[in-house]
Amino acid sequence: MSAQASGYLADARIRWTEWLPWVAALGGFFLLPEYLALGARILIFILFALSLDLILGYAGIITLGHSAFFGLGAYTAGILSAKYGVHDNFLQLVAAAGAAALLGAITGAIILRTRALTLLMLTLAITAILLEVANKMSTLTGGADGLSGVVVNPILGLFKFDIFGKTAFLYCLAVLFIGWFFVRRLIYSPFGAMLTGIRENTARMHAVGAPVYRRLVLVYTISATMAGVAGALLTQVNQFVGLNVLGLEPSGDLLVMLILGGVGRLYGAFVGPVVYLIAQDYLAKQYPEYWYLGIGLLLIFVVLFARGGILGILDKWLPFSKPRSSAKASAR
Amino acid sequence: MAPVLETKKLCKSFGALTVAQNIDFRLAAGDRHALIGPNGAGKTTFVNMLMGVLAPSSGQILLGGEDVTRAPQARRVKGGLGRTFQINTLFRNLPVLDNVALGIAERSGLAQRLWRPASSYREIVEESRELLATLGLADDAAVRVADLPYGKQRLVEIAIALALKPKVLLLDEPAAGVPSEESSRILKNLENLPAEIAILIIEHDMDIVFRFARRITVLVQGEVLVEGAPEDIARDKRVHAVYLGEGQHG
Repeated sequence: MSAQASGYLADARIRWTEWLPWVAALGGFFLLPEYLALGARILIFILFALSLDLILGYAGIITLGHSAFFGLGAYTAGILSAKYGVHDNFLQLVAAAGAAALLGAITGAIILRTRALTLLMLTLAITAILLEVANKMSTLTGGADGLSGVVVNPILGLFKFDIFGKTAFLYCLAVLFIGWFFVRRLIYSPFGAMLTGIRENTARMHAVGAPVYRRLVLVYTISATMAGVAGALLTQVNQFVGLNVLGLEPSGDLLVMLILGGVGRLYGAFVGPVVYLIAQDYLAKQYPEYWYLGIGLLLIFVVLFARGGILGILDKWLPFSKPRSSAKASAR
Repeated sequence: MAPVLETKKLCKSFGALTVAQNIDFRLAAGDRHALIGPNGAGKTTFVNMLMGVLAPSSGQILLGGEDVTRAPQARRVKGGLGRTFQINTLFRNLPVLDNVALGIAERSGLAQRLWRPASSYREIVEESRELLATLGLADDAAVRVADLPYGKQRLVEIAIALALKPKVLLLDEPAAGVPSEESSRILKNLENLPAEIAILIIEHDMDIVFRFARRITVLVQGEVLVEGAPEDIARDKRVHAVYLGEGQHG
């Protein structure tokens, strides 16, 4: 299912290839200034996909409802700003993270007692309920019209959100970097190895004395928190939040992005959103009515010929892209 | 000697089907005890009840004198109960060393650490290597379990259980499916296990049972038929009738 990157034999040092996404992002910032809005959107979805990879790729929790946390984070930031006058970006992020964490802990404690299709349906039900709540509570959320009037103060009191999206791009890049750094530490840690153990064989993890359920609720809450932050970023960047952040569609899109990139590979969460959102942007301009066809063909190709996603193909053809083990490193 | 593991009148039913009936069983430190019986006798069900995978319908399970009848698996494992599985239950896509290290990390309370890299916990890695060396798996530490021959996978089963430093070890058919030349290697490893561990072995291979066990319990249709020393069991006519057939053994 996934490349073995974590564990007790893995070399946790950052490889030069791991800096490539950041170099590419900064290169894009200087070389493609007309695409910064799209770039910021991609960065936000990378953070969102990272949060999904943590639970799906590493802990083996299957979900179609991850947009619940993304959407809650988005609405928390939006409502705080538009309805309660909280315009500080950091406070908005913290509040969104807290709300999503709370929802993750409560719903996780309930649904993670189930597995497989039951779990899948429950996750879907949660985001569907939230979508309907957001739709009905129009005085607070704006309902189907969406919530406008979101204001974000200059970042650190210095950098205003500009019309070209420069500040938004760099702001999203900085938050993503923190999120990536945290997830990377986590998956290389004993906790990450333990999550892989749960994904590989839950019965055995029980038999070695791991409190599996508690651990799953914990990682689900961490993932929900990250998704909430990603949602808040989207609101801050767009200064608007609509119902399209909740429900099956954004969850499904995210899942497709992660499968495209490669599940359980950390950087699959980077590659997937880049390919998906650029393809979507290009195809939607060229073929406004049929752009989903292109995405569908791309997904069919990956499922048929590259089960490990795009990074799976790279693993096969580019040896340096593979994670190295400390056993090999120490033998050199 | 005070038992480290004891069951009192342990029963389990699935509807009208009774799979364990009034099982009284005691295991003391250092015991080498075998549980035998024909297919469907309830041996694995008994182990699953001891581990907390199945809840008994009635009766009591005491671990180190503490009632753990309703305790979750994690608490029993912390109390010193370890097991292997009849069918390999391994982390197949992980290296052999990680299979063992996951157990050591749980036992030592380090499994929840989420900042330092796992490979930097030298104490876990070193202990894993030492344990693998005692079972002759030192050279396979970095090999993915799925790529190991079956006989070695059975040893990894035992290694994971030993990683927990159990006081009581439940071995559910450790040589199941292993060719006879490799089963002697498994037996040798079992004989070398620390003397203080109380071991309950479920096994169909009578050579292993009679060479390893110092006491045998025969289970038939969920009930204890007889318990005694191997030579007594080998002579017992009831055992011959239900299990061993007409021929004499050892």
